[in-house]
Amino acid sequence: MSKQPTRVTVNGKAHARIVESRLTLADFLRHELGLTGTHLGCEHGVCGACTVLVDGRTTRSCLMFAVQANGSEVTTVEGLAPDGELSVLQQAFIDNHGLQCGFCTPGMLITLTELLRDTPEPSEQEVREALTGNLCRCTGYAGIVAAALDAAQRLRNGSGG
Amino acid sequence: MGAKHFGARVKRLEDPALLAGRGRFVDDIKLPGALHACFVRSPYAHARLQSIDIKAAMVLPGVHAVIATDDLPEPMRSQPMPMLLPNPSIAAACTQHVLARGEVSYVGQPVAVVIADTRYIAEDAAAAVVVHYDVLNAVSDCRDAIAAGAPRVHADLDSNVLSTFRLAYGDIDAAFAGAAYVFEEEIWQHRGGGMAIETRAVLASHDAASDVLTVWSGTQTPHIGRRMMADLLGRELESIRVIAPDVGGGFGPKAIFYPEEAVIPAAALKLGRPVKWIEDRREHFLCATQERDQYWDVAIAVDADAKILGVRGRLVHDSGAFAPWGVILPYIAAATVPGPYVVWAYQLDTTVVLTNKVPTTPVRGAGRPQAVFAMERLSDRVAAELQLDRAEMRRRNFIQPEQMPYEVGLIFRDGKPLVYDSGDYPKGQETALAQAEYQSFRERQRAALDQGRFIGIGLGNYVEGTGLGPFEGVTVRVLPSGKVAVATGATNQGQGTRTTLSQIVAEQVGCRIEDIVMTIGDTGAIAQGVGAFASRQAVNAGCSALIAGQTVRTQLIALAARALGVNESDIDLEDGQAVSGAGNKPSIGFGELARLAQGIPGVSLPAGQAAGLEHTAYYAPSQAAYCSGTHVVEVEVDAMTGGVKVLRYTVAHDSGRVINPLIVDGQVQGGVAHGIGNALLEWMQYDDNAQPLTTSFADYLLPMATDVPTCNISHVETVNPLNPLGVKGAGEGGTIPAAAAIIGAIEDALSPFGVHFAETPLTPERIVAALRAAGAYERLFVA
Repeated sequence: MSKQPTRVTVNGKAHARIVESRLTLADFLRHELGLTGTHLGCEHGVCGACTVLVDGRTTRSCLMFAVQANGSEVTTVEGLAPDGELSVLQQAFIDNHGLQCGFCTPGMLITLTELLRDTPEPSEQEVREALTGNLCRCTGYAGIVAAALDAAQRLRNGSGG
Repeated sequence: MGAKHFGARVKRLEDPALLAGRGRFVDDIKLPGALHACFVRSPYAHARLQSIDIKAAMVLPGVHAVIATDDLPEPMRSQPMPMLLPNPSIAAACTQHVLARGEVSYVGQPVAVVIADTRYIAEDAAAAVVVHYDVLNAVSDCRDAIAAGAPRVHADLDSNVLSTFRLAYGDIDAAFAGAAYVFEEEIWQHRGGGMAIETRAVLASHDAASDVLTVWSGTQTPHIGRRMMADLLGRELESIRVIAPDVGGGFGPKAIFYPEEAVIPAAALKLGRPVKWIEDRREHFLCATQERDQYWDVAIAVDADAKILGVRGRLVHDSGAFAPWGVILPYIAAATVPGPYVVWAYQLDTTVVLTNKVPTTPVRGAGRPQAVFAMERLSDRVAAELQLDRAEMRRRNFIQPEQMPYEVGLIFRDGKPLVYDSGDYPKGQETALAQAEYQSFRERQRAALDQGRFIGIGLGNYVEGTGLGPFEGVTVRVLPSGKVAVATGATNQGQGTRTTLSQIVAEQVGCRIEDIVMTIGDTGAIAQGVGAFASRQAVNAGCSALIAGQTVRTQLIALAARALGVNESDIDLEDGQAVSGAGNKPSIGFGELARLAQGIPGVSLPAGQAAGLEHTAYYAPSQAAYCSGTHVVEVEVDAMTGGVKVLRYTVAHDSGRVINPLIVDGQVQGGVAHGIGNALLEWMQYDDNAQPLTTSFADYLLPMATDVPTCNISHVETVNPLNPLGVKGAGEGGTIPAAAAIIGAIEDALSPFGVHFAETPLTPERIVAALRAAGAYERLFVA
């Protein structure tokens, strides 16, 4: 298998690796870098559990090769609370019962992080539409939607949680 | 006593790690030297295995082994997997070999496994394994399978009928002979999957020094898994440890034991290296068990006042190619039909049929959604025919609270008479109707119709046998650190088991909830265990936590009184301290008490003192705990496209005393989402050769955030008198009546056209077809 040098910045830390061309970004993050917070639920780009930010945009890491991320900045769930303190959104997930098994949660957090960055005052419908790229089988979405709206409110109030 | 936890909306202890990306799912566990597996699976629904050629696979760099049935150790090589739930109606156990021997009977059945350095290489090699099959005729539809001359699901079968049985009580012939009206329904519920977002996963590692085989499995039942592995591998239980770490959703299919859970450990033992297998989503569609798939022909007999006299009919259940959990699905279905209603006579004849599809085993609801669908569709039919309000039809037939405990007249799947312990079904329905503003709905419907919109309302009632035995265990132990260790055979796939049990133990022992160190789903932590299914853990493990906690509380108080030289009645336990109310209020910490409880080497313990501050309780319920509820749903149907939007969803739910409303609400809401999927979206489609056609999330649709409204949930608590917590299960009630209520609502929305539905999933195509057949489009276009 052909290999290529790849340089990726993940959660602010630069990594230089030589990787197989066919290695997915998700497997690279999980198994090369040990960032196992990014999960794989379908490996065909529907469930959204593997969602990460690549250069600030939500991306299915199961549908992208690691080599395609060469030169990019990637943010994973581990990057949302770098100093161990949960983000406002993460705290809102606790307060609103936004997760059960927690498997889809990293993708949910990444998608909503992008939404709240770009749309600080989302309607419930906007939250739900943003989440259509992320499947959750446990919660029925109610807690996730509530957490997103709660986090948006807290961020606007600048209360930080 | 410390903080009040029981009944409070305690935030979940599970959350912080999962939110920070620090969960520990099977695929997150990295062992040095681990190899990776990929299974070679049958592409045919029925075929004779001719030969397996592994040469091309074995020459690929990085491939360590290709294992087929003859390479397996005894007894798993020649013996099929054990059947867990025997039933007298099954003549011969029908389970598969872990790797196919001679014949394959469903698409995806494991034939061989490739072990390689990486998953990527293992997949390359699996594609290079050449298996020669002699393709045989397959049977896809369980009704076809019964027909004379149907292909046999297994070549050596005399018949595809696995079992027939009758559940009945009362004089059914008299009930129908004396009826003012009799109505019949033909009902079909297709199969879907559990579709946990984490697929199945197994990692096995054998430690040669201790001769212990450790298996991490994404399972709901690690203790049962350990038993199965011991049987199949020919090892002692004590040399196998099974751990279910964080598990990404269960919903039933992860409760059964799978071939891969035996093959991966066998490969690890054979190769002397850890071996990991992570199911991919396509495999999950092919090989993880599914459910529903039942055909009902049922009739209801009522008197002139719409009071139910009798229900009778036939049920054909598709078991798939094997029956790893016997006939419990159709059995539960048959026992669930009477539900919250007084039904004077009942008779259901069930035929359990094998087909060349992946087996059916419990998926959230486990036979109950089908039964409730049948009963509620019959009730709606009676209401429509007699021009009665649907709620009124049900009101006239409810079992009244003063009739509790109510003996239905059947034997439930727990082996005990079906006796509802408690419940207030009329109150449940009234609560839901009020919350749903049912009274004013017809005005809303008329107003919508004036705007050309079709909205409808539906309702569904159910009674669910939860909290099934045999038992679950909890150990509580006070540690020298002052923390409290809790171990349980109960498991956690998102239900918040850790939080719920911690609430109970913290309150009993008198410690802070964050000072509980819990081990869940680890056979190394507690000797006996059963696991998660049948909404059983709050009842079984919850009561064990209560009993173990109470016992340790007694031990703590006795020891503290002795240590402080005060009376036991003076001691209070709070925040990990034993505090005396007497004198100058001396206190002693749990840590110090734990050390005292160890005694002094060589010195006799004081009379009456047990070794350590520790107790294990195995609570065994005397029978099922019967929860109940009412769902009311409002939908809008787009008559042109057949699209259905769920506008409003109301639930009144009785799961007895609620330990944590936050968690119970989450269970109900999640269950409703699953029910919406069953009602409208999820269709596991097979062709006539039993070839699965919907094997991705692009083909098989799960509910999205835009499909599931936030439910209005009320708790109608009737205390269960049979267990010390007064609780009933809560995990499946959200799903059970959902399809019945939703299909009823769609029918109501389209009542101007007089269409009738008795199937799930009800897809837009089916709705449009029914409207077309009813002449709806001529009327709409003319209008």
